[in-house]
Amino acid sequence: MDPNAPIVIVGAGQAGLQMAESLRHEGFAGSLTLCGEEPHAPYQRPPLSKKWLIEGGSTASLALKGPAVLERLKVTLRTDTRVSAIDRQHREVELADGTRLPYDRLGLATGSLPRTLPVPGASLTGVLSLRGIADSLAIGAAVRRCATERRPVVVVGGGFIGLEVAAAARKLGAEATVLEGLPRLMSRVTAPVVSESFARLHRAHGVELVFGAQVVEIVGHEGLVSAVRTRDGREYPAGCVVVGIGVDPDDLLARAAGLLCERGVVVDDCSRTSDPSIAAAGDCTARRAADGELVRLESVQNAIEQGKSAAAALMGQSRHFVAAPWFWSDQFDVKLQMVGLSRGYDQVVTRGDLDKPAYSAFYFRAARLLAVDSLNRIPDHMQAKRLLDHGLSPTPEQAADPRFELTSLLKAREATSTAGGA
Amino acid sequence: MPKVTFIEPGGRAVTLELKSGQTLMRAAMDAGLEGIEAQCGGNCSCATCHCYVQAPWLDKLRAPSDDERLMLLNVAAERLPSSRLSCQLRAEATLDGLTVQFPDRQS
Repeated sequence: MDPNAPIVIVGAGQAGLQMAESLRHEGFAGSLTLCGEEPHAPYQRPPLSKKWLIEGGSTASLALKGPAVLERLKVTLRTDTRVSAIDRQHREVELADGTRLPYDRLGLATGSLPRTLPVPGASLTGVLSLRGIADSLAIGAAVRRCATERRPVVVVGGGFIGLEVAAAARKLGAEATVLEGLPRLMSRVTAPVVSESFARLHRAHGVELVFGAQVVEIVGHEGLVSAVRTRDGREYPAGCVVVGIGVDPDDLLARAAGLLCERGVVVDDCSRTSDPSIAAAGDCTARRAADGELVRLESVQNAIEQGKSAAAALMGQSRHFVAAPWFWSDQFDVKLQMVGLSRGYDQVVTRGDLDKPAYSAFYFRAARLLAVDSLNRIPDHMQAKRLLDHGLSPTPEQAADPRFELTSLLKAREATSTAGGA
Repeated sequence: MPKVTFIEPGGRAVTLELKSGQTLMRAAMDAGLEGIEAQCGGNCSCATCHCYVQAPWLDKLRAPSDDERLMLLNVAAERLPSSRLSCQLRAEATLDGLTVQFPDRQS
């Protein structure tokens, strides 16, 4: 095998860029091509629903790395480049314009696609969703127009993206209504106590929240959106509609090429796919965890860590990504930081002041810590991250007691391991 | 415009000319320096842009905000009195000659 035979990476987001950088870091000296569908060099996505949406700015300000970096790393970036197929037999990727790029090893970082509403009117002008820079610009423009024309912004979906967009709309002076199908906000990822805090926060800032709202139609007038209709017959007037009902992994290329996929490209802890010459990273993956369950994460940390692991895998090494997952969200003046996965919890305790809010929710299963959501409680988050990474758990009573120092568990562990090593 | 020197974990020193108001994190990321991850992109949410500020500059910087101070309590590498988050340090003319060092690990 020629160690310098070409590597192609499909997808030029956070994960694709990380793979390219890590490959060079690991000493790969051959030809390295990074293909992205968008016209932009790799950029940060989180600000698209937060600061950048509110304040605007140049696209250059979102760039993950300066233009000189890819050049220095000798990475050929092909923007505006859609890959139409992976030919595993001939080890080539086929581009939409018919060009074929040979590869010896392949990285997949194709990301995810926003879900669309399966209702009439979903393709009317003014119905928007968020994935890339162009989407954020379109939402920003539509929200500003709504603010000027005094028409409401209707957000479908009370998850992270929907709530961040609603917060941005309020900051830009528009009315905002959030239609959530379930009985509370962010119900897929947080406990009722946290959902309640965010409901209070958004209402205090003038966001109208509607729960149990099943959208059945988006109503238009001359091709333009004008309202959203729900199953109970209510109609919510809308100057624009932002749909934030989650994303699906973009595993279409991998699936068509016969790679094992199951709601995403299936990878192991080391980002290896079912084909030894292909690794995958980021939103497009579903990672098989030690307990056999498939874990899907959509986060910067996941893109970076899996990107590093995928690069190592393509270099024939094993780099396990097992750190506790973490996420963050900014809504109005609340900094939400989450670490761990709360799925399957049977107990939640809180630490801190629920009214401010400045507290953390600790999720346990059988008295073992699974995850922590922190609202304006930075130290809890940072300490929880270290506890989870070390497999340590406070008791629920300790977690709920603000006088109990979480770091004492880490110190106790260090003391034990030092004593054990002596 | 101030020139700031960054020392990568491997010891390489790189001097960059910063734009006024630009954060040290942004300049280091744009230049593709080693030793910084900046996962949250400058949001003071992740502490993966940790740096050590070299004497005598520490006292000349604006004091850390409460958020930064709290994030610094749990950085991945050793926390020193000179620890700061480079996303919270903005270039200004008075910082010409500032030198910071990145730790060996950020996460």
